Amino acid sequence: MALDSKIPAGVLADKWTKHKGEIPLVSPANKRLIDVIVVGTGLAGSSAAASLAEMGYNVKAFCFQDSPRRAHSIAAQGGINAAKNYQNDGDSVYRLFYDTIKGGDYRSREANVHRLAEVSRNIIDQCVAQGVPFARDYGGLLDNRSFGGVQVSRTFYAKGQTGQQLLLGAYSALNRQIAKGRVKMYARHEMQELVVVDGKARGIIAKNLVTGEFERHSAHAVLLCTGGYGNVFFLSTNAMGSNVTAAWKAHRKGAYMANPCFTQIHPTCIPVSGENQSKLTLMSESLRNDGRIWVPAQKEDAEGIRSGTLHPNDIAEEHRDYYLERRYPAFGNLVPRDVASRAAKERCDAGYGVNKTGEAVYLDFAAAIMRYGAEEAHVKGVKNASDADIKALGEKVVEAKYGNLFQMYEKITASNPYKEPMMIYPAVHYTMGGLWVDYNLMTTIPGCFALGEANFSDHGANRLGASALMQGLADGYFVAPYTVGEFLSKDIRTGTISTDSKEFEEAEKLVRERTDKFINNNGTKSVDYFHKRLGKIMWNEVGMARNEKGLKQAISDIKALREEFYANVRVLGSANGMNPELDKAGRVADLMELGELMAKDALERNESCGGHFREEYQSEEGEALRDDEKFTFVSAWEFTGVPAEANLHKEELTFENVELKTRSYK
Amino acid sequence: MSSTSKGLFGSSLARKYWMAVTGLFLCTFLVGHLFGNLQLFVLGEEGRLAFNAYGHFMTTFPLVKILSYLTYISILLHTVDGIMLARQNRAARPVGYVKEKQSVNASWASRKMALLGILTLFFIIVHMKSFWYEMHFGVLGKDSNGNKDLWTLTVTAFEQWWYATFYVVAIIGLAFHLSHGAQSAFQTLGVNHPKYTPIIKNVMTAFAWLIPAGFIAVAVFLYVAQPGQNL
Amino acid sequence: MDLTLKIWRQEGPQTKGEMKSYPIAGVEEDMSFLEMLDYLNEQLIDQGIEPVVFDHDCREGICGMCSLFINGEAHGPSRKITTCQLHMREFKDGDTIYIEPFRAKAFPIVKDLMVDRSAFDRIQRAGGFISVNTSGNTIDANAIPVPKEDADKAFDAATCIGCGACVATCKNSSAMLFASAKISQFSLLPQGQPEAKERVLNMVNQMDLEGFGNCTNTGACEVECPKGISLENIARMNRDYLLASLSSNK
Repeated sequence: MALDSKIPAGVLADKWTKHKGEIPLVSPANKRLIDVIVVGTGLAGSSAAASLAEMGYNVKAFCFQDSPRRAHSIAAQGGINAAKNYQNDGDSVYRLFYDTIKGGDYRSREANVHRLAEVSRNIIDQCVAQGVPFARDYGGLLDNRSFGGVQVSRTFYAKGQTGQQLLLGAYSALNRQIAKGRVKMYARHEMQELVVVDGKARGIIAKNLVTGEFERHSAHAVLLCTGGYGNVFFLSTNAMGSNVTAAWKAHRKGAYMANPCFTQIHPTCIPVSGENQSKLTLMSESLRNDGRIWVPAQKEDAEGIRSGTLHPNDIAEEHRDYYLERRYPAFGNLVPRDVASRAAKERCDAGYGVNKTGEAVYLDFAAAIMRYGAEEAHVKGVKNASDADIKALGEKVVEAKYGNLFQMYEKITASNPYKEPMMIYPAVHYTMGGLWVDYNLMTTIPGCFALGEANFSDHGANRLGASALMQGLADGYFVAPYTVGEFLSKDIRTGTISTDSKEFEEAEKLVRERTDKFINNNGTKSVDYFHKRLGKIMWNEVGMARNEKGLKQAISDIKALREEFYANVRVLGSANGMNPELDKAGRVADLMELGELMAKDALERNESCGGHFREEYQSEEGEALRDDEKFTFVSAWEFTGVPAEANLHKEELTFENVELKTRSYK
Repeated sequence: MSSTSKGLFGSSLARKYWMAVTGLFLCTFLVGHLFGNLQLFVLGEEGRLAFNAYGHFMTTFPLVKILSYLTYISILLHTVDGIMLARQNRAARPVGYVKEKQSVNASWASRKMALLGILTLFFIIVHMKSFWYEMHFGVLGKDSNGNKDLWTLTVTAFEQWWYATFYVVAIIGLAFHLSHGAQSAFQTLGVNHPKYTPIIKNVMTAFAWLIPAGFIAVAVFLYVAQPGQNL
Repeated sequence: MDLTLKIWRQEGPQTKGEMKSYPIAGVEEDMSFLEMLDYLNEQLIDQGIEPVVFDHDCREGICGMCSLFINGEAHGPSRKITTCQLHMREFKDGDTIYIEPFRAKAFPIVKDLMVDRSAFDRIQRAGGFISVNTSGNTIDANAIPVPKEDADKAFDAATCIGCGACVATCKNSSAMLFASAKISQFSLLPQGQPEAKERVLNMVNQMDLEGFGNCTNTGACEVECPKGISLENIARMNRDYLLASLSSNK
């Protein structure tokens, strides 16, 4: 099938307005005859379900958590971008568009990104009207902060809990519709299969996680708002339950998976402490505003630190290597995420890592504490302040800015970041890749839509900070509720979709067989055992730096692991009733197939761009080498039975409004 | 939004308002009662006549009568409401914890309000039987002014060690009840302000200990001084 | 370190549960509490025993899914954190740790340590929202200035993660801290005013219907709340409800 992105013709800035005006409307009376399923209740899912219900559609919403409020959007810390230009620093829709395209290393669609920048402003208006308590200045107006990779202050925030506040806002809009009976909410339900009837997505098989029952739910369209697949690495900043199952089932039924190898590795996470670690915790990017990143300049020192004979505070200034400041004097510690992450890996691989695993670098606030302390002493008129006094004053300032983060760090690591440098290391954070969608956010299965992190469309090969929340809410509040009209307007005479058809029958049968197989497998190893092994393969070969040999190895290793998994996984308990191990087994099975496709995608993309770094394609200084001539396209993969043998479809990317440039932060 | 609310009757919050209002009213009653008791520090015939005159006034003056009926109603309401709330609270956790460390997050008194309340109620019943009932329906002698001799009834009661002890223990229980209840009533009625709440808490805590201390002082004084013997 | 775990096991909502004892060796102090339970579950699976079921998701203290009553306290002995942020260094070799589900009539047990907190969702649905359509152009975000102090207080109230520790801790299983946090958030903001009366009346009504107990102001909820939600919110709700009851036409 040829890919048609359905990008409207015309001038970039007018495309969305024009398109929105031309989408056929469904009359209120007819909307009542149309059912829509929304899977996932994060920012994209909650906002879409609320908006669609408000418009008059019958909505069924599903989430695997015990409440829609718990989706992992809630964990986003920093903020949400919007081209409001409240700070009068020259921001505009175009600049936000441009920054996003450039930040994405020129691998995203111009039209989608421009639309995102346009509706970004509505998001802030909407959220404030809903009572989202954004940070404000003393005049009572909204405050902004700046974020990595841009030169304006356009990030709206609610302390370090912006995601939480935005999600609770969307959750409240959703609750309003649930209370009205417009949305039927299914919590502790997980989508197990997509049902395609006559080539159109017409329903899902969902599992009631409490009773273990399989339920058939039909609808005229299915919206997948199921987030990213970072958990393929086992260790990531994703929630434990985050998974790819819904998207993968759609992929297996014909939805193409786009750019699956584009993974964002966040540079500032708390390092792995041991084999039993289940999850990585992010330390907000904002810390890089004041922290200086370094490792010892001499290997002996690094070894001393690792063995515990040396303390970081013992290492003299001249024996420290502030490698980001050294390599990128213009941006220093504030280079984009992908650059900072790779630089940390490079130093640790070279033997300069500083924790017992050798995979950590320092993020040091000592200089910032002294700088703020001196300022504070000046302001307070303290004469001849001693170093200790200045330090105490400075610590107060730093506490006011980052107190909650420092406290969280100390709780997890038992080390006091005011007294010794923090240890950080990159970790998997976000996946830019996802289901391929056209301008209407529809996948290659008619009637099946993908919103938010689950789709691929807006962030190219690298996402800028504070843009994920923007995209989730843009898709859910302001894009999908309109664009589904183009598909649904043809369904006003269809009537209720029966769940007794053979398609539902077969889908349910498939799900039952899969479940029974796990329960009756009688293997010897737990699901986590396999998930951890998958994670290791992915992190080592499909992680921050990739090469042809490693990727080929990964493909064959994952295949072998998959076979072993099906032969030897042990799931106790029964299929009736609550059984989290069983649910996990299903998720890990899908992650294994996805992992293989990610390796395949990374292997085929012979260039380095954004979150995808191929060791073969780098400059002499170790910088990424993009190949615009051969790779300015979206890789959309069609499932053929074996992930690594997927068919590649290319959507050529055309840039009419920006010039392709090499990103430089030197 | 749908359902009609139960407003000032029936809802859990309303029940708490009534607890708070009646509780605070009973606090003012305590103040009045203590001022009456302080007259017992005056020994001899002079004290006896004054106290009995006061007793006569308290049982006959119309405004005081209204207040005393309000007091009875408050005690009744406070009790009935308290029992209903306690039952509801108990029902809200049908299966308890095997291990529970309540002492780390809440004061002892705040957790034992029902128990302390029942102790106080028991005390009130005994106390009313001893004095109120006798004053209203019992056979009392008269003093030289023709007033019922409540003074003699009172001091002879407190001259007995077991009565004095019972009284002191009960008042200590009341003090604990007040130590939580008096200040928490303000929270229940919605009075909480960063500037004023610390003041309210301090004042009400002082109230909770000082007023009972006054009652105890009188009791101890009567036991030690044995004024009935020395008349 | 070596520990003895006493864990509540219960097959389903209708079955009878009991405390079971599990010795566990080789626990590292860098493990989080939930990782320690993962570690236990791995061992149970090896022995053919069904793993312990417990709720968890984000494991960074924000989703509110993890619960557990650990050694007599909601979210364990540390303050201002959730169970997923609790680390084993808070315990010592040889300790016995009691792990129980959050207990309340309104939080029925699903399985083992997992409880059903959907009562919280129903309280929110009774009025925990501002009735504004998602058109995105109702009014410009800066059209209504909000005093910083009010905005900050509204934010503090809004940081509630809905974990239920307040209910679990309260000797009366009261949900007042939870309900008051949402009511306060909107009560403090101008956007919340038009529906303020209806909201407080309806949400309190729903809270009562769910079978939670009453607030006796012990303050335990505030102490154990992982987000430090203030009792001030309960007072605000009490005040709002009183005024709304007095002035309501219903």
